Amino acid sequence: MDILLDILSWAFLLAGGAFLLIGGLGLIRLPDFYSRMHAAGIIDTLGADLILMGMIFQAGFSLVTVKLLLIGAFIFITSPTSTHAVANAALVAGLEPKLSTDDTESTPAAVESQDVTGLSALPDVQKQEGASSES
Amino acid sequence: MFIVATLAILVTMALTLARLYMGPSLYDRTLAVNAFGTKTVLLIGVLGFLFERPDFLDIALVYALINFIGTIAILKFWRYRALGDAVQAPPGSDAESDRSATGRR
Repeated sequence: MDILLDILSWAFLLAGGAFLLIGGLGLIRLPDFYSRMHAAGIIDTLGADLILMGMIFQAGFSLVTVKLLLIGAFIFITSPTSTHAVANAALVAGLEPKLSTDDTESTPAAVESQDVTGLSALPDVQKQEGASSES
Repeated sequence: MFIVATLAILVTMALTLARLYMGPSLYDRTLAVNAFGTKTVLLIGVLGFLFERPDFLDIALVYALINFIGTIAILKFWRYRALGDAVQAPPGSDAESDRSATGRR
């Protein structure tokens, strides 16, 4: 039984460490702020929860498990909230998402006229809203 | 086995610090700080198991809460340049209703 728990704990800790490394690499390598948030999401949800699960298998039924579950619940709730807050703040401040047409020869006017996702019009609207609320 | 997890967390913390240093905008840095705080919580918990002192988990619990509040505080300060009520508007005026509309968003 102990060997089974050890194997499970190893597997969870190794998977969590691998996801942490993947998230860290993505945080370095990805080209855009909005795509870097995916990497941060991997770190916050999958990596953290897998490592906490590995520690729970080592702790057994005790108060330590309750504390670990509490930490997991807090991270599970607060991490998407703070990621959403960062994304909303960046969008309100007018940080443009990097569209795939940016890499080609097209001019900015052509990108605006295409407006595939409608995202490029969004920051301007919210900027006007924020300006009117501050006046 | 906890040494492996500790090494993975430390390497990822180094990568996050690199993004924190390079980050072109404020929001990249805020995101990196948030991820760094999450990994600090994990590192404290794993070190508690490694040194067989499970009391470290209390510190990790507190740090998980402070990390979230810190991120929201950074964003709010950067948006409004103040952490409390900076502008005291009289009730019923235009500024008051606009501030409530901003708070709803």
